[in-house]
Amino acid sequence: MISIIDYGVGNLGSVKNMLKFLNIESKIITTAEELSTATKIILPGVGSWDNGVAKLTESGLLSVLNKRVLSDKVPVLGICLGMQILLDASEEGELAGLGWIPGEVKKFYFTPEQQTANKLRIPHMGWNVTHNKKQTALTQLNDDETRYYFVHSYHAEVANKHHALMTCNYGYEFTCAIHKDNIWGVQFHPEKSHKFGMALMKSFAEL
Amino acid sequence: MLRTRVMPCLLLQGRGLVKTVKFKNERYVGDPINAVRIFNQKEVDELVLFDINCTSDSGTINYSLLEQITSECFMPVCYGGGVRTLEDFRKLFSLGIEKVSVSSLLFDSPDVVAQAVAIYGSQSIIATLDINLSKYRKKYQVCTHSGKQKRKYTPVEAAKYACSLGVGEIIVNAIHRDGTWSGFDQELISQISANVNVPVVAAGGAGTLDDIKNVVVSANASAVALGSMAVFQAKDMGVLIKFPKQTELTKILP
Repeated sequence: MISIIDYGVGNLGSVKNMLKFLNIESKIITTAEELSTATKIILPGVGSWDNGVAKLTESGLLSVLNKRVLSDKVPVLGICLGMQILLDASEEGELAGLGWIPGEVKKFYFTPEQQTANKLRIPHMGWNVTHNKKQTALTQLNDDETRYYFVHSYHAEVANKHHALMTCNYGYEFTCAIHKDNIWGVQFHPEKSHKFGMALMKSFAEL
Repeated sequence: MLRTRVMPCLLLQGRGLVKTVKFKNERYVGDPINAVRIFNQKEVDELVLFDINCTSDSGTINYSLLEQITSECFMPVCYGGGVRTLEDFRKLFSLGIEKVSVSSLLFDSPDVVAQAVAIYGSQSIIATLDINLSKYRKKYQVCTHSGKQKRKYTPVEAAKYACSLGVGEIIVNAIHRDGTWSGFDQELISQISANVNVPVVAAGGAGTLDDIKNVVVSANASAVALGSMAVFQAKDMGVLIKFPKQTELTKILP
């Protein structure tokens, strides 16, 4: 059973739809009580950093969430903003992130020349191929063809390169998936990435 | 390398799927759920759905149909038509729609658009600009309400104005090319593309793979929407839900 946290900033419908299609049991949860018995957690999220962090704080789930993930080692998967929040801070806002994985969230930066020559627009929106940085249960099925759907203007910059799980190239190489122990995060949207996303969700469910 | 997105653009009318020519002469082309299922199997990059009567006839958004569609759609879905309030945005996103497109709302309630951007982020709010080329004076006109209402903006002005509200992408729909299979209006697309920093999606006129290539290479479209090409065998031929193969697209696109 995967518990999908609803803290008011999520694409919950699409995550649940894909899990249902894969015959993976899941439920959308909103209370600390439900979270205290979760055996696997998905932290979704879209929108701006401060709004996301504030909503998560207001949800009253933070202390239980910290305990479940950091002490009980429950596997957690952050998606999009849900991945960014796993880090310490973001250029997009003032509030502090969860800080489970050391690192920051940076805005895409392109020189004017790069922007003109390569037509690099922000947000980075569309399908892009990824590269594994380490072999893990979540990346084992990936190959050269593996691609995911991205839509974001900010990206992770991990302090410790061992926490980079996958990278992607948009103007430059950036970290698009992060991992430390039982904590996983992906910038892209597996729930909207056809068979590639299904493979990743399945691997997470089987952890 | 970011792939150039090529996406079917489907028109809903009631519970059916239709295709228009220059925003008129709707022709029934089938059941939307069935069509979406096929596009999902074909693993298309993204899907655009417009409910073409929702704004002009003051209809309500068909949430139950959209819910059915998104429940088996594992690619991003953009929906437009009849979106008026923040509650509409909230409901659509909770169903699993990734992007909500607005058109008349940009001009009539810009504050609602800006609020939606603040809540859901730029990437989720898309501006669709329906643009017609006037018959005699050959001037571009920005329109809303299925082309029936004209707005006093040039295409570039409207695009810049939409960006100032914070939208994350612009779909440029050339009414005079819609359903004609005669190629995109490259002049129009490149004008807008050169003046904004957000991705620009070219819609209206696709007939061949070369059309797709040209609008990307020469007019700098970031993505391409296909209407007739996705639902008809060929011009003036029968209905057939189809899509260019990924291998074909990879060959022609940068």
